[in-house]
Amino acid sequence: MTTGLVTTAYLVSGILFVLSLGGLSKQESARKGNLYGILGMALAILATFVKLSLDKDAGKINFQFLAPLMIGGAVIGTILAKRVEMTSMPELVAILHSFVGAAAVLVGLSTFLDPSNAQLIGSEKLIHDIEILLGVFIGGVTFTGSVIAFGKLRGSLSGKPLLLPARHLLNLGMVGTSIWLGSQFLNQGHDQAWLTLLIVMAISLVLGVHLIVAIGGADMPVVVSMLNSYSGWAAAAAGFMLKNDLLIITGALVGSSGAILSYIMCKAMNRSLANVIFGGFGTSSVSSPGVGGEVEGTITETTADQVAEELREAKEVMIVPGYGMAVAQAQHVVKDITETLRAKDVNVRFAIHPVAGRLPGHMNVLLAEANVPYDIVFEMDEINDDLPEVDLLLVVGANDIVNPSALEDSSSPIAGMPVIEAWNAKSVVALKRSMAAGYSGVENPLYFKDNTDMLFGDAKDTLSAVFSKLG
Amino acid sequence: MSAFARMNVTIPKESDPSEKRVAIAPDNVAAFAKLGYDVRVEAGAGESANFPDSTYESAGATILSDRSEVWSQADLLLKLDPPTMEEASMIREGATLISFAYPARNEDLLKALGEKKINFLGMDCVPRISRAQSMDALSSMANVAGYRAVVEASHQFGRFFTGQITAAGKVPPAKILVIGAGVAGLAAIGAARNMGAIVRAFDTRPAVKEEVKSLGGEFLELDFEEDGTGSGGYAKVMSKEFIEAEMKLFAEQAEEVDVIITTAMIPGKKSPVLITEDMVKSMKRGSVIVDLAAEGGGNCELTEPGEAKVVHGVNVLGYTDLPSRLPTQSSRLYGNNLVKLVNLLGSADEFSIDQEDEVVRGALVLDEGKLSWPPPKVEVSQQPAKPKDEPAPVSEEKAAGGSSIFSPGMMLGLLAIVLLALGWKGENEFLDQLTVFVLSCFVGYMVVWNVTPSLHTPLMSVTNAISGIILIGGMLFVTGAEPWADTKSILAGVAIFLATINVAGGFLVTHRMLKMFRKE
Repeated sequence: MTTGLVTTAYLVSGILFVLSLGGLSKQESARKGNLYGILGMALAILATFVKLSLDKDAGKINFQFLAPLMIGGAVIGTILAKRVEMTSMPELVAILHSFVGAAAVLVGLSTFLDPSNAQLIGSEKLIHDIEILLGVFIGGVTFTGSVIAFGKLRGSLSGKPLLLPARHLLNLGMVGTSIWLGSQFLNQGHDQAWLTLLIVMAISLVLGVHLIVAIGGADMPVVVSMLNSYSGWAAAAAGFMLKNDLLIITGALVGSSGAILSYIMCKAMNRSLANVIFGGFGTSSVSSPGVGGEVEGTITETTADQVAEELREAKEVMIVPGYGMAVAQAQHVVKDITETLRAKDVNVRFAIHPVAGRLPGHMNVLLAEANVPYDIVFEMDEINDDLPEVDLLLVVGANDIVNPSALEDSSSPIAGMPVIEAWNAKSVVALKRSMAAGYSGVENPLYFKDNTDMLFGDAKDTLSAVFSKLG
Repeated sequence: MSAFARMNVTIPKESDPSEKRVAIAPDNVAAFAKLGYDVRVEAGAGESANFPDSTYESAGATILSDRSEVWSQADLLLKLDPPTMEEASMIREGATLISFAYPARNEDLLKALGEKKINFLGMDCVPRISRAQSMDALSSMANVAGYRAVVEASHQFGRFFTGQITAAGKVPPAKILVIGAGVAGLAAIGAARNMGAIVRAFDTRPAVKEEVKSLGGEFLELDFEEDGTGSGGYAKVMSKEFIEAEMKLFAEQAEEVDVIITTAMIPGKKSPVLITEDMVKSMKRGSVIVDLAAEGGGNCELTEPGEAKVVHGVNVLGYTDLPSRLPTQSSRLYGNNLVKLVNLLGSADEFSIDQEDEVVRGALVLDEGKLSWPPPKVEVSQQPAKPKDEPAPVSEEKAAGGSSIFSPGMMLGLLAIVLLALGWKGENEFLDQLTVFVLSCFVGYMVVWNVTPSLHTPLMSVTNAISGIILIGGMLFVTGAEPWADTKSILAGVAIFLATINVAGGFLVTHRMLKMFRKE
């Protein structure tokens, strides 16, 4: 009876998780969605406790051992969640991925060491061994990959792709060796197999590092969502080895969620996932600044005074934020400006490119944090047609996502990437630290257009100056 | 004066009493100061443009009251009209002067300035290429003139421009014909439309049709194939047949419209006559003709340059000072043009007249006194005729082809096949799990596509949290009386610890984020 009850509880948990993701389809239902998720998790943990307490076969549960671990983890998690700056969300997400990866590796190893493992025979054993291998391998790659992504996002590792010679061969070699070792593993005795499993784990850890160091900082939205997907598959693999449906369901949900996010991000950059993972952006099309033809025209520099003046006269204002806004922590002053203008009946809107920032939806969260109402924040596709109506468009720390050569110059490395067509606005002010090219290394002709003025400096400082003049 | 003094920019008062404009507005002072120039303004220079001396002073300029000092100590003189002979005699030898030049009709002046080794840049000589658009004073002044032409017309016209239905009866809107849709013409179209008039426009260049339409004007066309696009932003001279057809159109329109604004100028030549006396006669009494080409003789046969008169009951306005009638606006725009041009010449420390620069070379009339006008011919870019580049469709295909192997559907499919092959020999339990897995993938796929992109970050953190479910896996192995002594329990314990961080951290940070999203 207990088993039935627990299985039912797991089923309900699974449904709650689906509802949780479903809730995120709209802002209105999103908070309820999160609540469903919490309920589902609580139910699942409770059910597992019940199962372990009542199930004679499973052996007695050891609370003394479990409680400090779970309480400690919960406390640390709470502190992390409370303390994290919204600009650092990508780092938090990355490090949490690494925890799932590590947990998957550890659970895989535990499964192997569990005595019940030795009792399996025949095809059942074969399947089980493969599951363990897969779980450990995927978990390992997720773990170190996420740690590297974390380091890159945090800036403690260089954002530049580190490209070893023959890195594709290296990757292939590592995967090949793992497969060969895996096939040996299936026929080895327990101790020998344990050693092999550890070697496979070590290889997967190295592979994770190597894969992600080769990817540049601005590709992190894709990498993080890809690792999100991996962490899901790792959980699903754990579910298979433990014959636990809830783990399988959850892993599959998370895995497909991450896969879809990666796909959306890639599409927004007009690149294939393979290109992002193996590309090391810029290596195929050797992009020194200035690639993509001569840019005609001159840079016109403007001042905070003039921008304030222009803002005061505009009726339709659009703001295009990019990673630079996050770096400069300028979202609050952006909101101050927005509020002042809206009080004067100026229609201020935001245009968000899918890959702006370092995490899918990163800009939305930053603006929400600054208390910008979400109904004036629009997606690129919703807004591109409205741009000719816009009197003044502010580009805050964004570069490649407003680069006209993506559409106009088929030889450009970013050709075909959908971009926010900022140049269609009546006038444009681009806030930028310096004239350095964007992440892709492509010159941005937008800055040379007649209707574009440049406002150089740290976005927070310059916007504060604009705001003080606006009042 | 010390040799180390900073280079100055000097703005004299315009000497023609009918000239209300001034070369720069107080707003522009800062731009010159930023380039390192010492800005000096003659007392009263901006008075008639509503810029009192105090406004220049508070912007950082020095006010000079001695006229001879203004001229004799200036390093870089900024002016509107070409200097008079008297002014030319006061100017310091070797100084640089920027103003309108009209070199074709100012030979004596050029000679006088030449003797003083003056560098003279003519604002009217700035080449009309796209790079120099921001310094094109002819355009910025034409824009003002076009607007003012409509204001003048409405001033003379005895009726509303806009149509109204009032208690006292219906008022038909005025009909306005604009001939020539260059900068001035387009400005006139825009201004007249804003006042509610019905606007028709004619131009020999078909390319401007869209611009006319975008301003709300109706573009009149001839049943005649000939493209009048010339170089330098002007239209070329058309064939005889074309002109006949054109005149016929104007004659028809003259009977119908209330206001005609003509803007057809040919650089350095007499303006073509487009509105004959007969056409004027056919117009309704009280109609208005504003002739923006008056300076070159006028597009209307009856235009008298600089004058307004009534002929056959029609007001014919031949004002040549339209920009000066809007002095505040014109001065601002002209000042902006000057700032951009001086930018090309460099800051006070690095001031140089770089003849390699196409724009500077074009504008340079006197090079240290030597006549350098007209400049050698350069190919001028054609703005309106530029075809729009079709965006290359390559990319789209590239994306689809490249990522299709990795698309979620395909990935799921592949996984399913692999697992099926594995499960072929497996027993039912494995197949059951497989079913659950594949179904969950599809459920996830369906659900996640519905997630609004603005919630992608919360989506990631919530999936972070629920993937912490792996802690259940860990829990299953922490058994026995002494888990501390057991490798598998310790490993599982670490897994539980890490996964709990995920669960707590993920859910809480999601909650924190979602709380921030607010609607108005």
